[in-house]
Amino acid sequence: VPRLTRWFVKAALAYLVLALLVGVALAMPAAVRMPPVVLTLAPVYFHLVMVGWVTQLIFGISLWMFPRHARDRPPAPEALGWSAFVGLNAGLLLRAVAEPVHALDPRGGWGGLLVLAAALQWLAGVAYVAAVWPRVKGR
Amino acid sequence: VPRLSCWLVRAALVHLLAGFTAGGLLLAEKGVGRWPALWRLFGAHVELVLIGWTAQLAMGMAFWVLPRLAGGTSRGDERPAWAAFWLVNAGAVLAGLGAVAGAPAGLVLAGRAAEAAAVGAFALHAWGRVRPASGGG
Repeated sequence: VPRLTRWFVKAALAYLVLALLVGVALAMPAAVRMPPVVLTLAPVYFHLVMVGWVTQLIFGISLWMFPRHARDRPPAPEALGWSAFVGLNAGLLLRAVAEPVHALDPRGGWGGLLVLAAALQWLAGVAYVAAVWPRVKGR
Repeated sequence: VPRLSCWLVRAALVHLLAGFTAGGLLLAEKGVGRWPALWRLFGAHVELVLIGWTAQLAMGMAFWVLPRLAGGTSRGDERPAWAAFWLVNAGAVLAGLGAVAGAPAGLVLAGRAAEAAAVGAFALHAWGRVRPASGGG
Protein backbone atom coordinates (compact mmCIF):
# COMPACT_ATOMS: atom_id res chain seq x y z
CA VAL A 1 0.00 0.00 0.00
CA PRO A 2 1.54 3.39 -1.00
CA ARG A 3 2.58 5.74 1.80
CA LEU A 4 -0.02 8.39 0.93
CA THR A 5 -2.83 5.83 1.02
CA ARG A 6 -1.63 4.54 4.40
CA TRP A 7 -1.83 8.07 5.80
CA PHE A 8 -5.30 8.61 4.38
CA VAL A 9 -6.64 5.29 5.70
CA LYS A 10 -5.11 5.63 9.17
CA ALA A 11 -6.37 9.20 9.48
CA ALA A 12 -9.82 8.02 8.35
CA LEU A 13 -9.85 5.35 11.06
CA ALA A 14 -8.80 7.90 13.68
CA TYR A 15 -11.61 10.23 12.60
CA LEU A 16 -14.14 7.42 12.81
CA VAL A 17 -13.15 6.74 16.41
CA LEU A 18 -13.22 10.47 17.19
CA ALA A 19 -16.61 10.87 15.50
CA LEU A 20 -18.14 8.04 17.47
CA LEU A 21 -16.78 9.52 20.71
CA VAL A 22 -18.38 12.84 19.79
CA GLY A 23 -21.56 10.88 19.08
CA VAL A 24 -21.41 9.50 22.62
CA ALA A 25 -20.94 13.02 24.00
CA LEU A 26 -23.92 14.23 21.96
CA ALA A 27 -26.11 11.51 23.45
CA MET A 28 -25.05 12.22 27.01
CA PRO A 29 -26.90 15.47 27.81
CA ALA A 30 -30.10 13.46 27.93
CA ALA A 31 -28.73 11.53 30.88
CA VAL A 32 -25.88 13.61 32.31
CA ARG A 33 -25.27 17.31 32.79
CA MET A 34 -22.70 18.35 30.13
CA PRO A 35 -20.91 21.60 29.27
CA PRO A 36 -22.86 23.79 26.78
CA VAL A 37 -20.24 23.24 24.07
CA VAL A 38 -21.46 19.65 23.66
CA LEU A 39 -24.80 20.91 22.38
CA THR A 40 -23.03 22.66 19.48
CA LEU A 41 -21.21 19.57 18.24
CA ALA A 42 -23.82 18.09 15.86
CA PRO A 43 -22.37 19.62 12.64
CA VAL A 44 -18.87 18.59 13.74
CA TYR A 45 -20.12 15.04 14.32
CA PHE A 46 -21.65 14.79 10.82
CA HIS A 47 -18.53 16.15 9.15
CA LEU A 48 -16.14 13.97 11.13
CA VAL A 49 -18.09 11.00 9.76
CA MET A 50 -18.67 12.17 6.17
CA VAL A 51 -15.44 14.08 5.53
CA GLY A 52 -13.02 12.61 8.07
CA TRP A 53 -14.06 8.98 7.61
CA VAL A 54 -16.01 8.38 4.36
CA THR A 55 -14.45 10.95 2.01
CA GLN A 56 -10.95 10.50 3.36
CA LEU A 57 -11.12 6.72 2.98
CA ILE A 58 -12.36 7.15 -0.59
CA PHE A 59 -9.55 9.61 -1.38
CA GLY A 60 -6.89 7.26 -0.06
CA ILE A 61 -8.13 4.06 -1.66
CA SER A 62 -8.94 5.63 -5.03
CA LEU A 63 -5.49 7.23 -5.32
CA TRP A 64 -4.14 3.72 -4.91
CA MET A 65 -6.64 1.85 -7.10
CA PHE A 66 -6.95 3.89 -10.26
CA PRO A 67 -4.50 2.95 -13.00
CA ARG A 68 -1.30 4.96 -13.06
CA HIS A 69 -0.20 6.87 -16.13
CA ALA A 70 1.17 4.97 -19.08
CA ARG A 71 4.94 4.50 -19.14
CA ASP A 72 5.40 7.02 -21.91
CA ARG A 73 3.73 9.76 -19.87
CA PRO A 74 5.13 11.47 -16.77
CA PRO A 75 3.65 10.24 -13.47
CA ALA A 76 0.93 12.29 -11.82
CA PRO A 77 2.47 14.71 -9.34
CA GLU A 78 2.18 13.13 -5.91
CA ALA A 79 2.21 16.63 -4.44
CA LEU A 80 -1.45 16.97 -5.41
CA GLY A 81 -2.39 13.92 -3.33
CA TRP A 82 -0.39 15.17 -0.34
CA SER A 83 -1.94 18.62 -0.70
CA ALA A 84 -5.37 16.99 -0.55
CA PHE A 85 -4.37 15.08 2.58
CA VAL A 86 -2.96 18.10 4.40
CA GLY A 87 -5.76 20.46 3.34
CA LEU A 88 -8.56 18.06 4.24
CA ASN A 89 -7.16 17.25 7.67
CA ALA A 90 -6.00 20.74 8.59
CA GLY A 91 -9.35 22.17 7.49
CA LEU A 92 -11.43 19.56 9.28
CA LEU A 93 -9.48 19.80 12.54
CA LEU A 94 -9.68 23.57 12.42
CA ARG A 95 -13.42 23.35 11.90
CA ALA A 96 -13.83 20.82 14.72
CA VAL A 97 -12.25 23.29 17.14
CA ALA A 98 -13.43 26.63 15.79
CA GLU A 99 -17.08 25.83 15.01
CA PRO A 100 -18.24 24.97 18.55
CA VAL A 101 -16.23 27.81 20.07
CA HIS A 102 -17.60 30.26 17.51
CA ALA A 103 -21.15 29.06 18.21
CA LEU A 104 -20.72 29.84 21.90
CA ASP A 105 -18.86 33.12 21.38
CA PRO A 106 -19.74 34.57 17.93
CA ARG A 107 -17.81 37.79 18.61
CA GLY A 108 -14.69 36.08 19.88
CA GLY A 109 -12.83 36.32 16.57
CA TRP A 110 -13.12 32.63 15.67
CA GLY A 111 -15.13 33.28 12.49
CA GLY A 112 -12.00 33.86 10.43
CA LEU A 113 -10.77 30.40 11.32
CA LEU A 114 -13.98 28.94 9.91
CA VAL A 115 -13.33 30.75 6.63
CA LEU A 116 -9.80 29.33 6.63
CA ALA A 117 -11.15 25.84 7.40
CA ALA A 118 -13.59 26.15 4.49
CA ALA A 119 -10.84 27.27 2.11
CA LEU A 120 -8.49 24.46 3.14
CA GLN A 121 -11.11 21.74 2.63
CA TRP A 122 -12.23 23.21 -0.69
CA LEU A 123 -8.63 23.32 -1.93
CA ALA A 124 -8.19 19.72 -0.78
CA GLY A 125 -11.17 18.72 -2.92
CA VAL A 126 -9.75 20.54 -5.93
CA ALA A 127 -6.31 18.95 -5.44
CA TYR A 128 -7.83 15.47 -5.14
CA VAL A 129 -9.91 15.86 -8.30
CA ALA A 130 -6.88 17.20 -10.19
CA ALA A 131 -4.84 14.20 -9.01
CA VAL A 132 -7.38 11.50 -9.83
CA TRP A 133 -9.21 12.85 -12.91
CA PRO A 134 -6.49 11.98 -15.46
CA ARG A 135 -6.35 8.44 -14.09
CA VAL A 136 -10.07 7.77 -14.65
CA LYS A 137 -9.98 6.72 -18.25
CA GLY A 138 -11.35 3.89 -20.33
CA ARG A 139 -9.39 1.11 -21.89
CA VAL B 1 -11.61 1.17 -16.26
CA PRO B 2 -14.87 0.31 -18.11
CA ARG B 3 -16.57 3.15 -19.94
CA LEU B 4 -19.61 3.37 -17.67
CA SER B 5 -17.37 3.45 -14.58
CA CYS B 6 -15.45 6.35 -16.13
CA TRP B 7 -18.70 8.27 -16.57
CA LEU B 8 -19.97 7.47 -13.09
CA VAL B 9 -16.67 8.32 -11.38
CA ARG B 10 -16.06 11.51 -13.32
CA ALA B 11 -19.62 12.68 -12.71
CA ALA B 12 -19.10 11.86 -9.02
CA LEU B 13 -15.97 14.03 -9.04
CA VAL B 14 -17.95 16.92 -10.52
CA HIS B 15 -20.56 16.49 -7.78
CA LEU B 16 -17.76 16.42 -5.20
CA LEU B 17 -16.41 19.74 -6.44
CA ALA B 18 -19.86 21.32 -6.54
CA GLY B 19 -20.79 19.89 -3.14
CA PHE B 20 -17.52 21.01 -1.53
CA THR B 21 -17.98 24.48 -3.04
CA ALA B 22 -21.47 24.77 -1.54
CA GLY B 23 -20.23 23.39 1.78
CA GLY B 24 -17.25 25.74 1.82
CA LEU B 25 -19.52 28.73 1.22
CA LEU B 26 -21.82 27.60 4.05
CA LEU B 27 -18.96 27.16 6.51
CA ALA B 28 -17.43 30.50 5.53
CA GLU B 29 -20.82 32.15 5.95
CA LYS B 30 -21.08 30.60 9.39
CA GLY B 31 -17.83 32.36 10.26
CA VAL B 32 -18.63 35.69 8.62
CA GLY B 33 -22.40 35.91 9.03
CA ARG B 34 -22.99 38.45 6.26
CA TRP B 35 -24.83 36.48 3.58
CA PRO B 36 -27.58 34.43 5.25
CA ALA B 37 -29.15 33.75 1.82
CA LEU B 38 -26.29 31.32 1.24
CA TRP B 39 -28.06 28.90 3.59
CA ARG B 40 -30.39 28.12 0.69
CA LEU B 41 -27.47 26.05 -0.60
CA PHE B 42 -27.74 23.63 2.30
CA GLY B 43 -30.09 21.19 0.55
CA ALA B 44 -27.93 21.19 -2.58
CA HIS B 45 -24.82 20.58 -0.47
CA VAL B 46 -26.39 17.49 1.09
CA GLU B 47 -27.75 16.06 -2.21
CA LEU B 48 -24.51 16.64 -4.10
CA VAL B 49 -22.25 15.16 -1.45
CA LEU B 50 -24.36 12.23 -0.23
CA ILE B 51 -25.93 11.09 -3.51
CA GLY B 52 -24.01 12.72 -6.35
CA TRP B 53 -20.58 12.04 -4.87
CA THR B 54 -20.68 9.15 -2.41
CA ALA B 55 -23.47 6.96 -3.82
CA GLN B 56 -22.50 7.56 -7.45
CA LEU B 57 -18.83 6.79 -6.80
CA ALA B 58 -19.83 3.55 -5.09
CA MET B 59 -21.86 2.57 -8.17
CA GLY B 60 -18.96 3.40 -10.47
CA MET B 61 -16.52 1.33 -8.47
CA ALA B 62 -18.98 -1.55 -8.06
CA PHE B 63 -19.63 -1.70 -11.82
CA TRP B 64 -15.86 -1.99 -12.31
CA VAL B 65 -14.87 -4.47 -9.61
CA LEU B 66 -17.83 -6.83 -9.07
CA PRO B 67 -17.23 -10.33 -10.51
CA ARG B 68 -18.08 -10.67 -14.19
CA LEU B 69 -20.45 -13.20 -15.68
CA ALA B 70 -20.05 -15.78 -18.46
CA GLY B 71 -16.64 -16.95 -17.33
CA GLY B 72 -15.34 -13.43 -16.81
CA THR B 73 -16.19 -12.04 -20.24
CA SER B 74 -19.38 -10.07 -19.54
CA ARG B 75 -20.80 -7.64 -17.01
CA GLY B 76 -24.29 -8.78 -17.93
CA ASP B 77 -27.06 -6.43 -19.03
CA GLU B 78 -25.53 -2.95 -18.77
CA ARG B 79 -28.71 -1.07 -19.67
CA PRO B 80 -30.03 -0.78 -16.09
CA ALA B 81 -26.61 0.48 -14.97
CA TRP B 82 -26.61 3.15 -17.70
CA ALA B 83 -30.14 4.10 -16.66
CA ALA B 84 -28.82 4.43 -13.10
CA PHE B 85 -26.14 6.85 -14.34
CA TRP B 86 -28.64 9.19 -16.00
CA LEU B 87 -31.18 8.90 -13.18
CA VAL B 88 -28.75 9.53 -10.32
CA ASN B 89 -27.35 12.63 -12.00
CA ALA B 90 -30.74 14.01 -12.95
CA GLY B 91 -32.01 13.20 -9.46
CA ALA B 92 -29.19 14.86 -7.54
CA VAL B 93 -29.35 17.97 -9.72
CA LEU B 94 -33.16 18.25 -9.55
CA ALA B 95 -33.35 17.67 -5.81
CA GLY B 96 -30.40 19.98 -5.20
CA LEU B 97 -31.70 22.77 -7.43
CA GLY B 98 -35.18 22.39 -5.99
CA ALA B 99 -33.78 23.02 -2.53
CA VAL B 100 -31.66 25.99 -3.65
CA ALA B 101 -34.28 27.84 -5.60
CA GLY B 102 -37.02 27.29 -3.07
CA ALA B 103 -38.88 25.77 -5.98
CA PRO B 104 -42.13 23.84 -5.62
CA ALA B 105 -41.79 20.69 -3.57
CA GLY B 106 -42.48 18.72 -6.74
CA LEU B 107 -38.96 19.40 -7.99
CA VAL B 108 -37.36 17.91 -4.93
CA LEU B 109 -39.86 15.05 -5.06
CA ALA B 110 -38.99 14.30 -8.70
CA GLY B 111 -35.29 14.41 -7.87
CA ARG B 112 -35.63 12.07 -4.92
CA ALA B 113 -37.75 9.68 -7.01
CA ALA B 114 -35.09 9.66 -9.73
CA GLU B 115 -32.41 8.95 -7.12
CA ALA B 116 -34.41 6.04 -5.74
CA ALA B 117 -35.03 4.70 -9.26
CA ALA B 118 -31.30 4.99 -9.98
CA VAL B 119 -30.39 2.87 -7.02
CA GLY B 120 -33.10 0.35 -7.91
CA ALA B 121 -31.84 0.13 -11.50
CA PHE B 122 -28.28 -0.30 -10.35
CA ALA B 123 -29.28 -3.00 -7.90
CA LEU B 124 -31.11 -4.77 -10.72
CA HIS B 125 -27.88 -4.78 -12.73
CA ALA B 126 -25.53 -5.69 -9.89
CA TRP B 127 -27.60 -8.28 -8.02
CA GLY B 128 -26.44 -11.24 -10.08
CA ARG B 129 -22.82 -10.14 -9.93
CA VAL B 130 -22.70 -10.20 -6.14
CA ARG B 131 -21.33 -13.70 -5.83
CA PRO B 132 -17.99 -15.43 -5.25
CA ALA B 133 -15.49 -14.45 -7.96
CA SER B 134 -14.50 -18.08 -8.48
CA GLY B 135 -18.05 -19.03 -9.42
CA GLY B 136 -18.31 -21.46 -6.53
CA GLY B 137 -20.73 -21.54 -3.57
